[in-house]
Amino acid sequence: MAQITLENLAHSYSANPKSEADYALKEMNHVWQDGGAYALLGSSGCGKTTLLNIISGLLRPSQGRILFGAQDVTEAPTTQRNIAQVFQFPVVYDTMTVRDNLAFPLRNRGMDAAYIKSRVDQIAAMIGMEAMLARKAQGLTADAKQKISLGRGMVREDVNAILFDEPLTVIDPNMKWELRTQLKQLHRQFGHTMIYVTHDQTEALTFADKVVVMYDGRVVQMGTPEELFETPAHTFVGYFIGSPGMNFLDARIDGSKAVLTNGETVDLGARYGDLSGRTQIGVRPEHAVLTDQGGLPLSIRRIEDVGRHRIVRAELSGAVFNIILPEGEGLPADTPRVSFLPGKIGAYADDWRVAPHAMERAA
Amino acid sequence: MQKIQNNKAWLLVLPVLVLVAFSAVVPLMTVVNYAFNDTFGNNQFFWAGLEWFDEMVHSDRLHGALGRQVLFSAIILAIEVPLGIFVALNMPKQSFWASFCLVVMALPLLIPFNVVGTIWQIFGRTDIGLLGHSLAALGVDYNYTNDPIDAWATVIVMDVWHWTSLVALLCYAGLQSIPQAYYQAAKIDQASRWAVFRYIELPKMKGVLLIAILLRFMDSFMIYTEPFVVTGGGPGNATTFLSIDLVKMAVGQFDLGPAAAFSLMYFLVIMLVSWVFYTVMTNLDKAEAGQ
Repeated sequence: MAQITLENLAHSYSANPKSEADYALKEMNHVWQDGGAYALLGSSGCGKTTLLNIISGLLRPSQGRILFGAQDVTEAPTTQRNIAQVFQFPVVYDTMTVRDNLAFPLRNRGMDAAYIKSRVDQIAAMIGMEAMLARKAQGLTADAKQKISLGRGMVREDVNAILFDEPLTVIDPNMKWELRTQLKQLHRQFGHTMIYVTHDQTEALTFADKVVVMYDGRVVQMGTPEELFETPAHTFVGYFIGSPGMNFLDARIDGSKAVLTNGETVDLGARYGDLSGRTQIGVRPEHAVLTDQGGLPLSIRRIEDVGRHRIVRAELSGAVFNIILPEGEGLPADTPRVSFLPGKIGAYADDWRVAPHAMERAA
Repeated sequence: MQKIQNNKAWLLVLPVLVLVAFSAVVPLMTVVNYAFNDTFGNNQFFWAGLEWFDEMVHSDRLHGALGRQVLFSAIILAIEVPLGIFVALNMPKQSFWASFCLVVMALPLLIPFNVVGTIWQIFGRTDIGLLGHSLAALGVDYNYTNDPIDAWATVIVMDVWHWTSLVALLCYAGLQSIPQAYYQAAKIDQASRWAVFRYIELPKMKGVLLIAILLRFMDSFMIYTEPFVVTGGGPGNATTFLSIDLVKMAVGQFDLGPAAAFSLMYFLVIMLVSWVFYTVMTNLDKAEAGQ
């Protein structure tokens, strides 16, 4: 087990990258703690899999270094890195029995037969495949095959890290939840560093201690689920995390006030310096409250009942604005207005979150 | 609604029946006719029953040809299948060189059989052939027209040159269908090169390999043109395989009765062996999947 350090890491699939746009992975510096459960979250094509393959050694980065602990493994082949990886689609050795599949990584490393047997039985119990150990892997369902892949990924105890590349894509929804819980349990039990690639925010937020959000080849934020929710560092994080995503309104930031395009002003509760570029304010739908008086006027387009709460789809200052209406709360009778919870408004310049001046915030 | 019952639709099959009758059934029945009759010319036939079959089954000449034929098929399968797999494994997977290799590999398959024979007939000649002359210059006593071993070697090398590509191309297609993730997983599992071949590549190639073996078996079992051009079945009877012997009997000696009986048995043997082979392989497959 080891801490993983990415130093000035960048990767381009073209041999002679000319501009930043040629890079599938823009330069990054990150440290991934030993024993952490990380989720790499992002939409398709944002570089998640590229980063994962660089960590596992299937891909050599165009620049920068990767360190496992203090050891530079940039040039080391996959076999020397001592990692395990589970792929998006099941990879099983068809002609082998389920038992042999699970034992394969251990046998290749010359482990002792008694140890292999006990370890395989343990893993089989965990993935619920004890009854099938003796049958051939060929002809099993995609679910079962993927469980074997997961099992094979976890069978070694001494790995530096276990990497999961959207492993639950082919699994039934109810099974997904169960397997994810098992993975989490396993993480607690053995303390392996786990890196879990997904584009499903629920999966990422429930699995990981730290979620790494990627966008356009860049890590835009690395934080706990709470941090991602409360203080998204980039508008993409705001959109991507939460359902519905964060609301963003174009606004001119003037000290501690924001002036929206329709002329209304919003008190930000903190003072900001001069901001350049496109400036916006961001508010979570959970942090907006419908009222009769005060706040800003808005027009409601439609209301969706999703069971636990209702989502109000509205328009404010020429942009779509969503509000979450807790169960049991009614709509205002007259012209609806919206106010924002104090301290929950973020300011963004060119999509990046801007911190207010610390001194003045305290005051 | 009352369903109208008639069988007029069968008439639609008629053109096919006629075509098949003329292309296959009638010629085959002609052979059957010869096999059960004897003739002394003038288009007069006398019923011979199973006489020709009896004669052929007990003919040393046929036994000899059959033995040589089986040996030939066994040798070329033993060489071409492993060699084809080996070539396929070592072909470039993409880039310009992949296409280049594919074209080069396909070339021997496109050459007409008698041209292949002619190429090797000249290539092996000790007076003007590059191979024969070079061997002679090196002091090797090589002469495919005199020495049975040399004749066999020439015919086998020629067949390997001609047909290994087919096995290689089929295997290559099988290999190309393996997702990259399998190789990556194998690397992570620290599988040896042999284990990758044994547990990933071979199982995925099994289907195409089965077809390759079947095709190569049938083709080699019926081989005629190339050895006929190179050795003419000689020296003596050394490279007289079943087809060559059959043609000698039917066209050279004009023994139509025995030759017809011979043809029918030849045809049935090929069908039988192919069927057994195919059934065994597919059943193995099913047994493995179902268990």
